[in-house]
Order: sequence, then structure tokens, then C-alpha cells
Amino acid sequence: MTLQDYNVTRSSNAARVAAILGALILITLVAAPWWAGRADMRLMGELFLYLALASLWNLMAGYAGLVSVGQQAFVGFGGYMLFALTMFAGLHPIAAIAGAGVLGALISVPVAVLIFRLRGAYFAIGTWVIAEVFRLGFAQISSLGGGSGSSLPVAIVKSLASKRAMRESISYWLALGAAVIVISAVYLFLRSRKGLALTAIRDNELAAGSLGIDIWRTKFIVYVVTSALTAMIGALIFLQKLRISPDAAFSVNDWTAFVIFIVVIGGIGTIEGPIIGTLVFFALRETLADLGTIYLIVLGVVAIVMMLKAPKGIWGLIRSRFDLQLFPLGYRVITPGKTDKS
Amino acid sequence: MDWLNAIVQGTLLGGLYALFAAGLSLIFGVMRLVNIAHGDMIILAAYLGLTVTTATGLHPLLALVLVVPTMGVIGYVLQRGLLNQTLGDDLLPPLLVTFGLSVIIQNGLLEVYSADPQKMDAGALETASVAVGGLNLGVLPVLTFAVAVAVIWGLQWTFYHTALGRAFRAVSDNQDIAQLMGLNRRHIFGVAMALALGVTAIAGILLGIRTSFDPSIGGGRLIFGFEAVIIGGLGNLWGTLVGGVILGVAQTVGAKIDPGWQILSGHLAFLLILAIRPNGLFPRIS
Repeated sequence: MTLQDYNVTRSSNAARVAAILGALILITLVAAPWWAGRADMRLMGELFLYLALASLWNLMAGYAGLVSVGQQAFVGFGGYMLFALTMFAGLHPIAAIAGAGVLGALISVPVAVLIFRLRGAYFAIGTWVIAEVFRLGFAQISSLGGGSGSSLPVAIVKSLASKRAMRESISYWLALGAAVIVISAVYLFLRSRKGLALTAIRDNELAAGSLGIDIWRTKFIVYVVTSALTAMIGALIFLQKLRISPDAAFSVNDWTAFVIFIVVIGGIGTIEGPIIGTLVFFALRETLADLGTIYLIVLGVVAIVMMLKAPKGIWGLIRSRFDLQLFPLGYRVITPGKTDKS
Repeated sequence: MDWLNAIVQGTLLGGLYALFAAGLSLIFGVMRLVNIAHGDMIILAAYLGLTVTTATGLHPLLALVLVVPTMGVIGYVLQRGLLNQTLGDDLLPPLLVTFGLSVIIQNGLLEVYSADPQKMDAGALETASVAVGGLNLGVLPVLTFAVAVAVIWGLQWTFYHTALGRAFRAVSDNQDIAQLMGLNRRHIFGVAMALALGVTAIAGILLGIRTSFDPSIGGGRLIFGFEAVIIGGLGNLWGTLVGGVILGVAQTVGAKIDPGWQILSGHLAFLLILAIRPNGLFPRIS
């Protein structure tokens, strides 16, 4: 048995099966307007947007070690930019979503320079302060409705599509597209050279730094990209809601607490985790939401127990048993004579 | 005179913020833990005070005799039963567990006390004032400031002049060696959390006498306390008082310019100091 007999590969049977299944599921989901009811489509649209938010938060916290409890800053910022760009600059809503992304990236640069001075948990609370500054700031802008908020004018809503059924389909496809783009972007980013640097930082910051990785720069890039995409998701969320107010746009519960629970329950630091977490979160919500506050208490308890007993989440439990990886990121060595069991 | 008044009132308000911050500063100093649920614990203390005063008819300040030990016991049990398991090199577990706690406390309070704003009745103390050199100072704000100074002096004295304080400093410097020297760090951490929540109880009661409160405002109080800690410099208790005062003055002066700017100008002052002096004004630990 010589060295040439060994094989280093990224792919595995499980990943190939997952890719085929994923493509089939995606085609089915794209066709949803022809088979799903209106309420189901609304729910799925919301699910996709949460999936996108969770994947982005996971990229920051699970890979870059930037634990933020202030992502609502960019969700709300994106939402307000959608309203401002369509109402005052006369942009088409879809152009305004792209515009929200660009502006989100621009505003995240000074924010990052400022709060990157804080470390660890203090960074987390610093991001919250930024979100509060945004909330109080937007509440001062009277042309956007001040503290009570405003609704998207009918003419702008109609510019998306004149028929309601078509509008609902477009908004569903946008949400699905956002989730697919975010997950693909995270996947491709992690497979790239920058992604390798990021994984190294996650595993050991000191060692990564001594190998010549610019830690500050890598984290900065992740923060800016995440902020831009989060702002675009925020614009999409408020395109669905059609109404915005400072308290809804910058809600820490809706846009950060739920997202954190999704990632922790699904499995932090994996691409699969947020997908599983989102499904679990929506399953819990649809069955327990009538309980109101009790439901949130249950969610908090589940997250704490998960963090203490299974810090890698549901996906971590599955992976420790079956050695699966649906999104092939790591390399594996195949020994000759042995077939790839996964 | 109006401006001087705003500055004086802001300084006194800073006493309350320093009390929010002292507990945070203490547990960070001893075990490097940042408690995201700190603000919700302040509100929990305020509600406990409300329950005690309505059940027994005691004056809110006398209710402290019951609420402070109760919060202390909650702190010790929470630390030994839950938070000690999260401490280690990894940053995520303590952050996410205290974040989960924050959601649990907030919604638990909603379930028990509803979302209606509540207030504690402190009788004449609420409106009493004394005239000093043309300014009218509320007795309650002056009392709050005096309590803040006393609490910080007490914590400082405990840290540097008692066996317990020596244990705190020892586990803070090096947990493993402190353990080898016969200290039980789990117990020390529990005592530190008990002490921190005892201070939190005082802050909660004074908050509940000063303004109305509801279960959702914990996050805001955490942020004020956090800003005071960072402005003053990590690990410096007297710095925390200065930080609270700067924050309070920024808020009252901002409110004087435009009432909508009160909280916002406090945050902006914090960001400004973060931009010029990233380690705060008087840092002790990096």
C-alpha cells in the first residue's frame, strides 16, 4: 500500500445525495405558488427570511467569533432604507433592496471600527448599543413617521405587481432567493481562501495570527458582508410587512433572540445547523405559539439546556454519531480498500 | 441656572447608573463573566420589592431588608447551579446562557405581573426636596447618589481589606493557583454573584421608587450599566461611578436640548468616549 493509494477528497456520498435532494426540494419550493395556499406561502416566506438571518448570524458568531446581540440594527436599517429609497428617491422596490444592502455595508464600516475596540461579551453589548442608537435615531426622523412609524404607499406596493396573487408570489420568491443566496454565499465563502483563514481563527485565534492571518481584517470583512446582507433581508422583511415602526424594526426579540435560539438549537458553527434550527423553531412556534409568554420561556430553557448539554446543537449530535457532512467543507482521507462509509 | 440644574440632576441620576453598573463590574472583575440578564435582574428585584411592599405594607426602603438577601440567595444558587458550568475559555456558553436567562426572566415577569407599568409607593420621600443655593434637590436622588457612593466604597473596602476580597482577587488573578491554595473557586464565584445581586437589589428598589417599570425595560438598564462600566474603565469601581455620572449628565443635558434626545445623547457620549479612549477613562484591567 503506497502513499499514492490514499485519496484526499472533499466530497462524499452523503454530500452528493444531499445535493441532489436539495436540488429537488428547491425545485418543489420554487413551484410553491402553484401548489401552496396563501397562508402557507406567507409562513414559508417568513421561514426563509429567518433561515437567511440565522445563517448570517452563524457566520459571524460561529466562525468569526463575533457574537452580536445587535443584528436588529441592520434588519431595521434595511427596512427603513427600503421605505426611504422607494418613497423619497422613487426607486423600484427591488432596486431599493439592493440599495439597502449597499448602504448597510457603508454604515457598517464606521460601526465596526468603533465597536471592534470592545472584546468578547462587551462587543456583544456594544452591538446592542448601536442598535439602540439606530432605533432612537430613526424615531427622530419625522418624514419616516417618527416614533409611530409609517406604511408603504399603495402606489409603491402596486409597482411590484398590480395583482395581489402575483405580488405574493414575487415576495415569496424573493424570500426563497434570499435564503438560497445567503446559504450559497456562506458555503462558497467558507470554501475559499478567506474561509480557510476564518476557520483557522475559529479554531485558534492565536495560532491563526502567528501563521500570518490578519485577524482584524478577516473579521472586519465578515462583519461588513454580514451587515450588508442582513440589511437586504431587513428590506425584504418589511416589504412583506408593508409597515415599519422603530420598535418593530429594531426589536431585539424578533431579530436577534429568535435567531440566536435557532442557531444554538440547530448547531452553531455549521452550515446545516441554522437550517435544522429554523425548522425546529417554526415547528415549535406553530404548535406552542398560543401559549404566548410560556412559549418564550420554553425556548429560553431549551436554548440553555442545549448550550450546556449539547453545545454543538442538534446537528452536532447527528454528526457525532454518523460522521455526516451535507455541505462538504472539510477534506477527508480515503484509505484504499475501505469504501467511503458516509 | 437651568444648565447648572441639568448638570446637578444628571450627576445625581448617575448614582443610579453606577448602582446598575457596580454588580456588572464586580462579577466581571472576579470571574470575567458578563451577565446579559443583569438588567432583567434589576427589574426582578424591583418586582420583588413591589410584592413585599404590597403584601406587608412596608416602606420600599425597609423592603430592602428582605429583597437584598433574597436576591443574594438567588445569585448564589444561580451561580453554583448554572453559571459555574458555563465558565471556561469559550466565550459563547456564558453569553448565550445569560441571554437565555434574560428571556426567561423577562417573560416570567410578564406572566406573573402582566405588562402594566408598576410603581412603588414611597410616600413623602418621592416628592421631598431641599433647596441648596438656588437649586431644588430631590431627597430621593440625593439619597440614591449617597447610597451609590456608600455601596462602591463598601465593595472597594471588601475587595482590598477583607479575607473575602483577597479570595476574590486571588481567583481573579489565577483560578488554578487560587484553587491549589485551598480556595474553592465555585464557592467564591457564588459569593461574588450573591454580592452582585445584592447590589442589584438596591438598584432595583431605588429604580422602582424613582420611576414606573415594566418587564420589558431590563435590556435598557443593562445598557446603561454597561456604558457606565466602559466609560469608567474595566475593573475600576470608582471609575464606574464617574462613568455613571458622565452618562447621567449627558442624558439630562441632552433632554434639556430636546426631550427626544435624552437617551440618545447618553449613547452618543458613550460612543464618543469609546472613540477617543477605547479602554475607558481609568482602566485597571485589560
